[in-house]
Amino acid sequence: MVGSGASVAVLLAVFCLAAKLSSAAEASPSQSLSIFKPESTPADSIFRLSLLVLAITGCIFLVVFSLLAYSVVKYRRRAGDNGREPPQVYGSNQVELAWTVIPVLIVLVLFLATARVIRSVQDSPEPPGAIRVIAIGHQFWWEFRYPDLGVVTANELHVPLSDPSHPTPTFITLLSSDTDHSFWVPRLAGKTDLIPNRVNHTWIDPHETGLYLGQCAQYCGTQHAKMLLSVYVDSRERFDEWVEQEKKPALGDPAAEEGRQIFETTACVNCHTISGTVADGRFGPDLTHLMSRETIASGAAPNTREYLQSWIQDPDAIKPGCLMPAMKLNDHDLDALTTYLLTLR
Amino acid sequence: MASETIALGTVDGGARPIGERLHDWVVTVDHKRLGILYIVYSLVFLVIGGIEATIMRIQLIVPHNHFVSPQVFNRMFTMHGTTMIFFVAMPILFGFGTYLVPLMIGARDMAFPRLNAFSFWMTAFGGLLLYFSFIGGGGLYGAGSAPDVGWFAYAPLTSRAFSVGHSTDFWTLALLVSGVGSIGTAVNFITTILCMRCPGMTLGKMPLLAWLNLITGGMVILAVSPLTAAQIMLSIDRYLGGHFFDTQAGGSAVLWMHFFWIFGHPEVYILIVPSFAFASEIIPVFSRKPIFGYPVMVAATVCIGFISFSVWAHHMFTVGMSSYGNTFFTITTMIIAVPTGIKIFNWIGTMWGGKIMFKAPMLFCIGFLFQFLIAGLTGIMLGASPFDWQLGNSYFVVAHFHYVIVGGILFTIFGAFYYWFPKMSGRMYSETLAKWHFWLFLIGFHLTFDFMHIPGVLGMPRRIYTYEPGRGWEIWNLLVTIGVFFQAAGVLVFVFNLLRSLRKGDPAGNDPWDAWTLEWSTTSPPPEYNFAVTPAVNSRRPLWDLKHPEDPDWKYE
Amino acid sequence: MSSTALTGPSIEAQWVLPSRGRVGMISLIAAESAIFTIFVVAYIFYIGRSASRPMPKDVLELPIIATICLLSSSLTIHLAVRALRKVEVSAFGFWWLLTMTLGTIFLVGTGREWRRFIFEDGLTITTNLFGTTYYSLVGLHAFHVTVGLVAIALVMIFTLLGKVKPEHSERLEVFSMYWHFVDAVWVVVFTVVYVIGR
Repeated sequence: MVGSGASVAVLLAVFCLAAKLSSAAEASPSQSLSIFKPESTPADSIFRLSLLVLAITGCIFLVVFSLLAYSVVKYRRRAGDNGREPPQVYGSNQVELAWTVIPVLIVLVLFLATARVIRSVQDSPEPPGAIRVIAIGHQFWWEFRYPDLGVVTANELHVPLSDPSHPTPTFITLLSSDTDHSFWVPRLAGKTDLIPNRVNHTWIDPHETGLYLGQCAQYCGTQHAKMLLSVYVDSRERFDEWVEQEKKPALGDPAAEEGRQIFETTACVNCHTISGTVADGRFGPDLTHLMSRETIASGAAPNTREYLQSWIQDPDAIKPGCLMPAMKLNDHDLDALTTYLLTLR
Repeated sequence: MASETIALGTVDGGARPIGERLHDWVVTVDHKRLGILYIVYSLVFLVIGGIEATIMRIQLIVPHNHFVSPQVFNRMFTMHGTTMIFFVAMPILFGFGTYLVPLMIGARDMAFPRLNAFSFWMTAFGGLLLYFSFIGGGGLYGAGSAPDVGWFAYAPLTSRAFSVGHSTDFWTLALLVSGVGSIGTAVNFITTILCMRCPGMTLGKMPLLAWLNLITGGMVILAVSPLTAAQIMLSIDRYLGGHFFDTQAGGSAVLWMHFFWIFGHPEVYILIVPSFAFASEIIPVFSRKPIFGYPVMVAATVCIGFISFSVWAHHMFTVGMSSYGNTFFTITTMIIAVPTGIKIFNWIGTMWGGKIMFKAPMLFCIGFLFQFLIAGLTGIMLGASPFDWQLGNSYFVVAHFHYVIVGGILFTIFGAFYYWFPKMSGRMYSETLAKWHFWLFLIGFHLTFDFMHIPGVLGMPRRIYTYEPGRGWEIWNLLVTIGVFFQAAGVLVFVFNLLRSLRKGDPAGNDPWDAWTLEWSTTSPPPEYNFAVTPAVNSRRPLWDLKHPEDPDWKYE
Repeated sequence: MSSTALTGPSIEAQWVLPSRGRVGMISLIAAESAIFTIFVVAYIFYIGRSASRPMPKDVLELPIIATICLLSSSLTIHLAVRALRKVEVSAFGFWWLLTMTLGTIFLVGTGREWRRFIFEDGLTITTNLFGTTYYSLVGLHAFHVTVGLVAIALVMIFTLLGKVKPEHSERLEVFSMYWHFVDAVWVVVFTVVYVIGR
């Protein structure tokens, strides 16, 4: 099959060229979201199942592909052929029975292995030490509430490391305030959808500290692509520190008093909550501890003074089609407001 | 006297005025002309859908690209999906069926020729409605354009609250209208095949293409109707203030998903079964053997038809069904792999021991076999629901279904084009150009869709207008986009080949492939009445019996 | 030029296939059944889930007379077609007119029921889930009755003009299959909406 050899060569050539080009362009730090690098039991169970499935389908592929390749090569019409038709075979009961029975058995094996994993992941009971989170999907950001701990945050989920001997998994209830979304952090668990008027559940029990990335995986509108997700897996101590800090209301920093006044007298309060102030809007993220987060706009921009100011002035420039209106403040007010926001640690 | 074809003039010298000829085409009820109308219509939309795909791929060639805005990108993937399924794949398969079924069963036309014409024009109008949305979707507030809700339009994104203007309504109405056309065509197929076979052609003796189109007709009847019902419900929600899918009033978003996928899953079998039909006609002729295991091929396809109605929620594994629900749909999805796999074995069994001729129709069918095998295997992976919790809604799924639709269905459609082009036009195509088409398209297909699986496994969801750098997705997206240009080149060669051969191809004669079914017993192109004398048959390969009177099929079947 | 394939003994004498009209109508009925099934499923799914009143038991009354009329019209249409086949054209006309009358009574009954719901009970398609699913399902059925009645009326006109002949009985039989289907759907709708759903 000369032709397919040629296509393989072309593919390899293009691949090498592209690899050179892209590695030159890469400047940002790498983060793998591969489903084959699980760090939590649900993702791990799926990974193990996937190995079995890949092994079985791989074997099937090799067998059938060999039969196909063999028949294409061996039974091609040669030059100098005598022009007679080959033996006209209409079928074979034995062969057809065999290639019905064997696939049925393969399917049975696959199914039993799969059914086990479905039960173990979905019907896993919640142990006493579990952390409970309620995740509410919005267009286009994530709201996270820890009802037992009295914490409300957005977009960046903090969970404690789970030690297999004393498991402290995080059980997440998934709700939506508008359209369908999907919670997907590949290295921690499979995705589960957030559907309005419906309560879903998922759980994770990360084995390694670190930052795990994900994003919304169900098309939810214009800025679906930028509804990013960060899960920070902290050590138990670090997690408890974080919770303590998050529970506190906003600090009153006198240096930022002017900014706070602007915040409380502008439309900001209609959408945002800052506990300890009059602002108690629920349409947008809770800003009480805005500066404890690394990014803003659900991961669309880094959380720095410059980006914060751009965001407030014209959200559409960073995330076109998002639901925050441009606040249209003058430069002085914008500056003061940003100074205030920067104090919300 | 010969009937008119697309480019040849009349026999008696001096072409009739163009206005009269166009009028003939517009008012025709002849199944052959309607078939050609369907096919040409689909080719136009194939190019348009391809342009939409190219726009998306250029946007995704690097992260944070600014080729198009997110709003435009979201319209592109919605229109690309809707166009390719409803205004390319379905019409082109119906077109081939409409052309071939009466010829292959020895009939003079379809059972209801006027219904045939009505169905075509309804489908055609649906496509125009959908594309009118670019202009008319804005409504009073100038707020909309083409639909941007995805081709499966999940609620409540499609409600008035989240989908302003009329863009979604154009989507709904276009599909309602073309759905009526599809149901009409299905009624016609079923009636024609059951009621108009020539003497001697029992159900066990009709060509597989006829059988498979009969099964497809049954599936369309039972699957398109739920979509029609869902569209009516959505319109009631949007226009009459209904609450079918209004989650704020207690309605259920998941109910839309169930209704849509009860249509959506059988729909993909509606697309693949006629493709199986093409492969089942082409592979035997170019292997010089009858199809291996005809009765099992029929039985397996009937099983596929039935089982396809029990697997729909494998598109919903992530919505939070109970473990029992997920388990049930896992088992049905895996079961349907069995009859599907059997068919692949039967095709290989047909080639086994034969004398394979590598003409363009056969090349495309061999590509189909290889690619459909892989697509089926990635389908099994997705059918294992926990695995789907990772792979679902990611680029792995996009790669899987394009593997089926482009690598499977489109390849057999190309094969069917080359196989029946001589019959429909009376001319042979250029085999050299066809081979160029095949290799260019094959390279492009594999570049794009092999590598597309990888970003899915690396965590890239679908329907995103851009993606973050540093996740290892960049190089795969680059390769995927490069493949698009090879495919485009292949399609251009294909169209050029068709147009040029229409004018300058060698005369084909009745039976250029030395084939065995009834359409090859009449002229190329066939006269308007198809057969001067209604044929009578005694076996599945009537022309084999004629050509080999010492060894006819009816002794062995 | 065309050719016939070789045959064994003559087949044509015994070659009988089903009638096109019947097969076509059965296929259409299958498609329509699928559409109605989805509406029935939606109705059943939403039973008891309305967030506000009125609830089914507050407003629904068994439409006995309308049901009897519609179901009898199946009998009368059957008698009409039978009469035509036996070349009794005036009997046909009588039964056909009766069918039309019974069907019309049914529609009027539905209309009156809706009038009461809208103006007295305050139930519209936007009121709650019951309103949405009820009007959609019963309305879809009523639409199919209307289409049938239009066809029946057309045939009535042709009958009065003397154009309907015994050789048309086959076609009218095929049409009557549609009418029987509409009645069968009503049996299902009646059971689901007025019996189970209440």
